[in-house]
Amino acid sequence: MEQRDDSLLQHEAMISLRNLRVNYGEREILHGLSFEVLRGETLVILGGSGSGKSTLLRTLVGLEKPSSGEIWVKGKNLAAISSTEMNEIRKRMGMSFQGGALFGSMTVGENVALPLREHTMLEEPTIEIIVRLKLDQVGLAGFETYMPSQLSGGMKKRAAVARAMAMDPEILFFDEPSAGLDPIIAAGVDELILELKKAFHMTIVVVTHELASAFLIADRMVLIDKGNIVAIGSKEEMRSSTHPRVRQFLDRIAEPEVLEDADYLQMLTDDYPRKGNSMTKRGGV
Amino acid sequence: MELTAQIGGSVTDGLAYLGSLVSLASRAAYFTFVAPFRGKPIRFRQAVTQAMQVGVRALPILSLITFFIGLILALQSAYELRKFGAITFVANAVAISMTRELGPLITAIVVIGRSGSAFAAQIGTMRVTEEIDALETMAIHPIDFLVAPKFLAMVVMLPCLTIWANSMGILGGSLFGVTQAGFFFGRYIRASLDALFLRDIVTGLIKSVVFGVAITAVGCHEGLSTGAGAEEVGRATTRAVVVSIFLVILVDLVFTALFFFISER
Repeated sequence: MEQRDDSLLQHEAMISLRNLRVNYGEREILHGLSFEVLRGETLVILGGSGSGKSTLLRTLVGLEKPSSGEIWVKGKNLAAISSTEMNEIRKRMGMSFQGGALFGSMTVGENVALPLREHTMLEEPTIEIIVRLKLDQVGLAGFETYMPSQLSGGMKKRAAVARAMAMDPEILFFDEPSAGLDPIIAAGVDELILELKKAFHMTIVVVTHELASAFLIADRMVLIDKGNIVAIGSKEEMRSSTHPRVRQFLDRIAEPEVLEDADYLQMLTDDYPRKGNSMTKRGGV
Repeated sequence: MELTAQIGGSVTDGLAYLGSLVSLASRAAYFTFVAPFRGKPIRFRQAVTQAMQVGVRALPILSLITFFIGLILALQSAYELRKFGAITFVANAVAISMTRELGPLITAIVVIGRSGSAFAAQIGTMRVTEEIDALETMAIHPIDFLVAPKFLAMVVMLPCLTIWANSMGILGGSLFGVTQAGFFFGRYIRASLDALFLRDIVTGLIKSVVFGVAITAVGCHEGLSTGAGAEEVGRATTRAVVVSIFLVILVDLVFTALFFFISER
């Protein structure tokens, strides 16, 4: 009986998107995405630059409003709730930004304590203990009094994770966790994500374009291209996919830049385009 | 036709901008004056820090500038007054123009340069480094967290600075009064105080509160609407200063006209 409950829990959707569309002004960035993030899984959203993966993440945490479609989180449709309800859901979510986004005017400890001070009635000594605990979990014990500017890139990212975890969220979002880090530090951050998943059974959504990191941490992956889902599935399914776009992304094949002879000549001689838009790359992204 | 469309376009843009300023200022006012009664305590510590920054640290430069302005005013009015043998009225001229007009205005301009630009730069940088987004994902309202303490500090400190500026201006005028117009220092101050009605001081202070609201709203609005990149922060800062100065002059005109017609009755 217990077993069955467990497996049921495993397949419960934590976030489910239905035909999600997002616009920046006139331009549509996401063209009707539908997928689910299951409870306790690590879902990696893969995609190249300008694919719409960051917009997708920003929409999931409520920083962008969808133009149509639904995002269901904990029984609420984020596309149609009040800001008060949204804030209640946000307290159950944590987000680690690409550059850390730590507040430069506060110490690392104050950064981690901020959500606790804002949203809980905890006594100051309790908050201090929680801060120490969270920093310890990300390997930054003893750095409470440091200013963010005194930390290295990898440490900033860890501190940001500690802050994202301060409220014991059910869902943790990562924007490009290994961007701008050297391979060893980046591997450390991947390791941290794996540890968090193992220790707290958190639902984790990671946006990245780093393949090695993605295959290390993911349970399932979604590949996004030009605002559409190209493929979704487990690591193995992705690896064995024959979809040309998936293959191109996974095998890191460069985008062919096809230029006609005349255009090539023109490019070399730096002449004015003769016919309209002929300098435009063809077959490009 | 083209011109009409352009003028119409700029007018609607201007009105929309003004609308967003009013909305920002009213939300900041809500978090400062209403929310504390609904169990959301005011960020007193941050407000005090801001007040130090906006007010106390501005004192040296403000004192110097308004002292000189007072002196200049005395010189300029004496130029005309002495033709009528009325040089002793220099005290009245300085006191009234300082308290009614130049005290609040010069204070506002100094504060724009020091703090309005700093608000835009600070919030703009936070926008660029995703700190504003981080606040939102932590369910913390950026206006509550960032704008409200600045708002409170400005609304309290600007009138205080204005009173100080008025005094320094009168002091500047007294330098001329004592050395050139045959006043004793005490007599000059007495003459200045006699020339002033409470009305003069109060209208100046009312203006300064509105200036404070305008400067905070523009600085924070420009910061919050900063685009991506360091260049944008610079642009937002410049815009904050230019728009604030314009708006302060505009508000000044409106209120001066208002007080003029009210006092006529």
